[in-house]
Amino acid sequence: MGNNQHPLAYDYTVTRLFLYATILFGIIGMTIGVIIAFQLAFPELNYLFGEYGTFSRLRPIHTNGVAFGFTVSGIFATWYYVGQRVLKVSMAESPFLMVVGKLHFAVYILTILLAVVTLFAGITTSKEYAELEWPLDLLVVVFWVLWGVSIFGLIGIRRERTLYISIWYYIAAFLAVAMLFLFNNMEVPTALVSGHGSWYHSVSWYAGTNDALVQWWFGHNAVAFVFTTPIVAMIYYFLPKESGQTVYSYKLSLLSFWGLMFVYLWAGGHHLIYSTVPDWMQTMGSVFSIVLILPSWGSAINMLLTMKGEWNQLQSNPLIKFMVLGSTFYMLSTLEGPIQAIKSVNALAHFTDWIPGHVHDGTLGWVGFMIIAAIYHMTPRLFKRELYSKSLMETQFWLQTIGIVLYFSSMWIAGITQGMMWRATDEFGNLSYSFIDTVVVLHPYYTLRAVGGLLYLTGIFIWAYNIYKTISVGRKLEDKELNVNKSPMSAN
Amino acid sequence: MFHWLEERPFFFAVGVFLTIAFAGLIEILPSFVEASRPTVGTKPYSTLELAGRNVYIADSCNACHSQLIRPFKNETDRYGMYSLSGEYAYDRPFLWGSKRTGPDLHRVGNYRTTDWHENHMWDPISVVPGSIMPAYKHMFSKSADLETAYAEAVTVNKVFNAPYNTAITMRDGSSVTVKLPATYDEAKADMLTEAKIIANSMKNQDVKDAVEKGEIPQIVALIAYLNILK
Repeated sequence: MGNNQHPLAYDYTVTRLFLYATILFGIIGMTIGVIIAFQLAFPELNYLFGEYGTFSRLRPIHTNGVAFGFTVSGIFATWYYVGQRVLKVSMAESPFLMVVGKLHFAVYILTILLAVVTLFAGITTSKEYAELEWPLDLLVVVFWVLWGVSIFGLIGIRRERTLYISIWYYIAAFLAVAMLFLFNNMEVPTALVSGHGSWYHSVSWYAGTNDALVQWWFGHNAVAFVFTTPIVAMIYYFLPKESGQTVYSYKLSLLSFWGLMFVYLWAGGHHLIYSTVPDWMQTMGSVFSIVLILPSWGSAINMLLTMKGEWNQLQSNPLIKFMVLGSTFYMLSTLEGPIQAIKSVNALAHFTDWIPGHVHDGTLGWVGFMIIAAIYHMTPRLFKRELYSKSLMETQFWLQTIGIVLYFSSMWIAGITQGMMWRATDEFGNLSYSFIDTVVVLHPYYTLRAVGGLLYLTGIFIWAYNIYKTISVGRKLEDKELNVNKSPMSAN
Repeated sequence: MFHWLEERPFFFAVGVFLTIAFAGLIEILPSFVEASRPTVGTKPYSTLELAGRNVYIADSCNACHSQLIRPFKNETDRYGMYSLSGEYAYDRPFLWGSKRTGPDLHRVGNYRTTDWHENHMWDPISVVPGSIMPAYKHMFSKSADLETAYAEAVTVNKVFNAPYNTAITMRDGSSVTVKLPATYDEAKADMLTEAKIIANSMKNQDVKDAVEKGEIPQIVALIAYLNILK
């Protein structure tokens, strides 16, 4: 099979499909995000689409849309690109894996579209990031297994014997999400047991406190293995490629990988501090959250030091900007999380807007920026065309960066304000504020946050436009022009 | 050792899996023995309450409201006694929420009434000036899915032994039995009886008419659920 005289012709059919999906779901998920952000500041906006337009209906569509639409598409798109390249094998060599790849995409897209429809209809299990009812859960299992076949199938026919760091992280994401998803979605379809009622309804296998425990073991680690490990897989490939630098330290990547694997799963308890789960588990959640700084910062520092001596690229290449700032947001977010996991801080922060603030500096700054950069890096190689506009990329970068800063700073202030007001007492020990006082006071911060989100969304539209123009009218590239590190981009 | 693993995908994957599965084994398995015993006075939901709970879930009330009172003085002052694990023994799924855009609801039945909920769900600002909660007018016209609620009660009774048709001792020593009839028709008749009591304290004529005709609007089921959150 192998022909050593010529470079391998990688087959990017499936990559391209997932690339379109990433952009589509990015637009849908984030547009809904901006709408619900404005609804909190201007509640009249809840009535645009009758019962289907309230904050509470739209919120799960936003979270599912960006997590399982935008992010997971991005993960799959990069897998079908990075996988072939670091394993030194082309999808074209295996008709079987090609069919698996296309089927993977088909089942995936069907699942996500059905997810959007069912969530609009109010069909949900209520568990955060696991809202889909059991028929859709089964479809998720199908496309996840297909992804696994693709991963291990491609590994099975690889030419490069040693698995590159990115592959470690993709494998980890695959295995961990499979385990978490299966256990958290154990549910009993009520129609099957009773013969009555709607066929898709189910009840959770676990009750009350146990249900909460399993849910946040899942919920927290869905963050770990959707928003962290596959994104680390991306940066370990795309940053060295784009910059032409070798990864700073192999030992640091080892420590960070195995450290992350061991520590992350313990930290879920920090979502349940001062709840009715056993106290020792809450403390374990706190402690392991602090330890988690080590492997998280290990990866981030390893990436930043990869740029050692080449910091000038930060000025000349917007892709490097996205990735370096992405790493930096990863550091910010993985410091902020452990701080919120400390019991005394959690007592103040839990249930407030500081938590969505924290989530979004990670997702917008780290996940979003990394996926944006990965798609920019892949597009010229997938379509053999020069990136349409560097200046649009610069504009996008600054708009989105300002958007993120507005988002998290307004939510920090909002969260701490609200947390302080909930506990404030007068000189006689009575509560100083009624609950509604603590809502009304947040209006300016909700407005600021929505504006920040709008800036970020504008950047997403610029990104989509730039990719679209690249594919349709970008200057055509010769193969040798693609054999470079810095992605070819038009100066204007 | 690590380099050896990196050349052997199978053993690598096994190694990763064992590492990530470890925490779950240690933390989650033992707690399952303890945490699911009901507190004295905790009883399973009636079918109408389950129907209301499903309305609560369908409209993701849990996106903005918690049902978990933490053991702090300011929370017990505001919401009542802090939550106990056993109170959730029949909650499938749990509805603790993770964000309080609105107040906690775990004991809302202690301080809000049917007519308060009716006014509030129809037009939140009329009751709480400055509220950012949307109105849920569709709950006044759409019917609750009673049969699925019945299916749910049958399921938790059969599969998880939720104690329906069993005398349950309350905190004051009295005993209460939550009925689960053998047929859906009987269950529906029971639900209607329960719903009529609620509709009688409401003023919306469409809701009253619907209940008279044997339909239960979502709002009635939801209020039945909110009223027993104590």
